[in-house]
Amino acid sequence: MSRVPARRKLATEDPIFAKVLLTVAAVIFLGLFLVAPLVAVFQGALANGVTAYLHAIRQPEAIQAIELTLTAAAFAVPLNLIFGLASSWAITKFEFPGKSILIALIELPVAVSPVISGLIFVLMFGTRGVLGPWLVAHNLKVIFAVPGIIMATTFVTFPFIAREVMPTMQSQGTEEEQAALSLGANGWQVFWKVTLPNVRWALIYGVILCNARAMGEFGAVSVVSAHIRGRTNTLPLYVELLYNDYDFVGAFAAASLLTFLALVTLVAKSVAAWWTERSVALY
Amino acid sequence: MMNLDPTRKYFSLARFALGMLIVCPGAVSVNASVSKQKTVSLTNVSYDPTRELYEQYNDLFARYWKSKTGDQVSVQQSHGGSGKQSQAVIQGLEADVVTLALGYDIDAIASAGLTDPGWQKRLPNHSSPYTSTIVFLVRKGNPKHIKDWDDLVRPGVSVITANPKTGGGARWSYLAAWGAIYTKTHSNPEAFKYIKALYKNVPVLDSGARGSTITFVERKIGDVLLSWENEAYLAQDKLGKGEYEIVTPSISILAEPPVTVVDKVAASHGTTAVATEYLRYLYSRPAQELIAKNHYRPRDPKVAAAYKGSFKKIPLFTIDLFGGWTKAQKDHFADGGIFDQVLRSIR
Repeated sequence: MSRVPARRKLATEDPIFAKVLLTVAAVIFLGLFLVAPLVAVFQGALANGVTAYLHAIRQPEAIQAIELTLTAAAFAVPLNLIFGLASSWAITKFEFPGKSILIALIELPVAVSPVISGLIFVLMFGTRGVLGPWLVAHNLKVIFAVPGIIMATTFVTFPFIAREVMPTMQSQGTEEEQAALSLGANGWQVFWKVTLPNVRWALIYGVILCNARAMGEFGAVSVVSAHIRGRTNTLPLYVELLYNDYDFVGAFAAASLLTFLALVTLVAKSVAAWWTERSVALY
Repeated sequence: MMNLDPTRKYFSLARFALGMLIVCPGAVSVNASVSKQKTVSLTNVSYDPTRELYEQYNDLFARYWKSKTGDQVSVQQSHGGSGKQSQAVIQGLEADVVTLALGYDIDAIASAGLTDPGWQKRLPNHSSPYTSTIVFLVRKGNPKHIKDWDDLVRPGVSVITANPKTGGGARWSYLAAWGAIYTKTHSNPEAFKYIKALYKNVPVLDSGARGSTITFVERKIGDVLLSWENEAYLAQDKLGKGEYEIVTPSISILAEPPVTVVDKVAASHGTTAVATEYLRYLYSRPAQELIAKNHYRPRDPKVAAAYKGSFKKIPLFTIDLFGGWTKAQKDHFADGGIFDQVLRSIR
């Protein structure tokens, strides 16, 4: 009995219908969940014309919301950059007791619901909270003011840089650092000349993620903000506020600003990627 | 010759600096005379549906205050569920004035030591410059034929209302429903049975009145919205004329949203005088007109008479039916209270 050998398929070759099906599915998915909402945001924002749109985003309250959003990100990102680098450095390059606890703690802010994070701040820093009486005695305002919003944002975006940098540092091991040390470099030199260049791409990506989340954070900030118009609203809160005011054009206009910020972040990421690749190629 | 030029430059610079020194004090004094009329800032922490009212009232009051004192006043608003707002003030939200949905929420602020426990006697009409009631908002043509309280518990009727634990309007709605049955049957078990059936028909409990309205109007969920009268009119005016109808039940509750100065905060901001006047002026003729135009029931008899046609006259019982707010809160909305029992029995 001779058997006709079955036609062997190349591992890289898929049937044509599978290719088409997958592509169509991906396009539909992207269109439905990404492009359509994006178009809807700008459509809603421009529903009453360009003049209404410009009027909406030039409101003093809108400008304050933009300022506060950028302020919160301007604090959260550098703080978490320092923290993220320090903690990844400590965790990947050194052995010490309690290391796994530290790793778990870094993950905490993404594991906990942002609303709970916000409530924790209220319970800590509210006038009835643990530190409340001390803050009141020293006339310091944290909750329902800008410092609380910055703190909540920083807390929620805590893990983004550390979690990006840590795996890269881990995969690179400590050989290069040890080589540098044995050649007589001091700690700072090792850090600036060996460790940092090695993780720079992960770092940039972490910063971008952190920034995106810092500007978009809603839950935790919502709890500590009290939504005072023209004072403690960030852009995401301002969107909700206008929506609840039945000011749909205003809400979409504010949402379009957030979308615009997100697009800027994406462009920054692409530029950073291009730049890093180019400088790597130069090596 | 060459070295003369720098000297000249030096001299001209010096002259410029001197000139600035002379001009600057003048500039400063000009500034001072402009800023002599101070800008006072007030924070008004309010409940959900008053957004439109206070936006307009703040303009009215600013004009009045300017003409009276020459000072600018800018009022910052914060809105949310009444209970939630009260908690925020207790936790340190610096409200010069609170304008909340019900007395208990201000009592809580008073028991935290932030204001006078006798706050409710400081202004006329239990410190509530306007009243409202709870009505039904139904979809066009009233397809489910909802006429009165009994219709809400029919099977297949979906009722939208907020969580009474967090929302002020929702607490008034709950008590309106309870009272409507109680005044008819004089039986608490009957009222309890009714409330249980009512909340069985509620698919979503939002945290505040505005959230419920958005659920009903924007997300198109539910057949009937239990709503503040003013909020029902607003939804009708602003979100599609002719798409909704207001059904006034045969009996409802007299909701008295109160206002007060948060003494401690106002004192620390130095705003006690302007905050007090801000609330007192709510009782003035122009403010009462504004209140009536925003579909709140005015207190001023003349304004009330002028707007008689805007408000349906129905029997209204007060919170006294429940022995006052402290008792109502304790019996119905405290942890383990009747509302908790209702929720537990439904789940």
